[in-house]
Amino acid sequence: MKVLVAIKRVIDPYVKIRVKSDGSGVETNNVKMAMNPFCEIAVEEAVRLKEAGIADEVTVVSIGDSSCQEQLRAALALGADRALHIDVAQAPQPLTAAKLLQAVMSQESHGLVLLGKQSIDTDNNQVAQMLSALTGLALGTFASQVKVEGDTALVTREVDGGLETVKLSLPAIISTDLRLNEPRYASLPNIMKAKRKPLEVMTADDLGITVSSSQQVLEVMTPPARQAGIMVDSVAELVDKLKNEAKVL
Amino acid sequence: MDVNQVSVLVVAEHDNSSVSVDTLRALKAALDLKATDGISVLVAGHQCHSVVEQIQRLEGIKQVLVADDELYQHPLAESLSLLIAREGKAFTHLIAAATTFGKNVMPRVAALLNVGQLSDIVAIESPDVVVRPVYAGNALARVRSDDSVKVMTVRSSAFDALQVASGELAEEHTITIEPDPGLAEFVNVQKTESARPELPAARVVVSGGRGLGSKESFALVEQLADKLGGAIGASRAAVDAGFVSNDLQVGQTGKIVAPELYIAVGISGAIQHLAGMKDSKVIVAINSDPDAPIFQVADYGLVGDLFEIMPALIESV
Repeated sequence: MKVLVAIKRVIDPYVKIRVKSDGSGVETNNVKMAMNPFCEIAVEEAVRLKEAGIADEVTVVSIGDSSCQEQLRAALALGADRALHIDVAQAPQPLTAAKLLQAVMSQESHGLVLLGKQSIDTDNNQVAQMLSALTGLALGTFASQVKVEGDTALVTREVDGGLETVKLSLPAIISTDLRLNEPRYASLPNIMKAKRKPLEVMTADDLGITVSSSQQVLEVMTPPARQAGIMVDSVAELVDKLKNEAKVL
Repeated sequence: MDVNQVSVLVVAEHDNSSVSVDTLRALKAALDLKATDGISVLVAGHQCHSVVEQIQRLEGIKQVLVADDELYQHPLAESLSLLIAREGKAFTHLIAAATTFGKNVMPRVAALLNVGQLSDIVAIESPDVVVRPVYAGNALARVRSDDSVKVMTVRSSAFDALQVASGELAEEHTITIEPDPGLAEFVNVQKTESARPELPAARVVVSGGRGLGSKESFALVEQLADKLGGAIGASRAAVDAGFVSNDLQVGQTGKIVAPELYIAVGISGAIQHLAGMKDSKVIVAINSDPDAPIFQVADYGLVGDLFEIMPALIESV
């Protein structure tokens, strides 16, 4: 079967972000960018499915301006077969992203679509769920284990209070949690080979989707800073402060 | 519909016997919308009458819509979202707690209604403007939604729980189920058994990190939590090392907590961990590294060997 993996370019997770002083957003100029960590896990899972002989072909797709081709090349270097860049001026809202992915899916049939559970910039955690609604396919969110058995997939999900296993009819949409796998690093020969793998560019118009926004960000603010704390020298002093100053014991 | 009309449907999360504390907190957020004639609550489950009774007694609830069927014994997004979308389109606001339950089902509802979703909101400014954290809580965004139906999930640590009212009981209405689309079936669930309070509801949380070194040493965290009547949490490093199960992870991708007292033991304080606990009222950090970033958010910091500090602390509280 064919596997489709959606990936997103985001600010590197180890960067301390800076809110712009005019409240219009977060500074992204000269900031290190990376593939969203959950998307890396999705790519890794797809490549493992291919190595296990379950997937025949892995396509990675990303939505954004031309800079996201860098992350598509990175995914190709990790083992994806081909890439698709949906060229839009800026990353759309989750519902539009899901509609674009649905349009990609309508062009050929995929047995499985893998996405990260959330992107670490907008922290929405929506696209996989929305895509399953639009396509009418089964949904396995927050997956920590995926076992494909014939035309079904057994998905173990990380839920509050434990782990839940569901059996999904394929094709299905699965979103990855942190513990699904440990993504590999790309080797230099594979990075070189990735440059020759096919990367197709499409626009939203090509896919027949109008990019629209039903939500407007009015302002981005820095959260209130915590007051500087104090260092104590002993357990006795700590307990005394907690009892008499903070009054939490 | 009157443009100023606000009507709210809250989707209840429960285990078929009691309503979750996260839902009680989401209900409190729903009150902030000042619905024109009270809040409606949807309860889908199986033999869940005690849940319905509990909700009927709460402050500000107008009606409880009940779908009681074996189909809803275990909540699956595929079937549940059809029911919620069908009932929800008559309301201006659809709300659930931002738990794994709410995160799983609500975006599916939103897409069925062809609207966006506002995830993990921490404040409601008006019926169409909310505040939500982005970038692991390092920024707050004020967002306006122009959708006809506003689908929201609520960060429970940002709201108190709704209380029981003394007035009359909310009405109960039975609603029909939506046929099972037959896409998914529940296989099993492995619950983490614990006698300690649930993480989101705990007044005190004691969390351990990589610094504890082993699963056995994590007992120090458990002993302190038990002494304080608190819950235990963990950093991702502690979960990955196998010290505790992953549902105890506190952080951007785990639980978000805001207890009165948060004690971080052997946790360096990575951005992703701080995202899950920096709204705690009082933060205590115990770490051997005086430069650990956790000390920048801690109200009280103690530098030293946690294997000396923890036994002494357990002894003296």
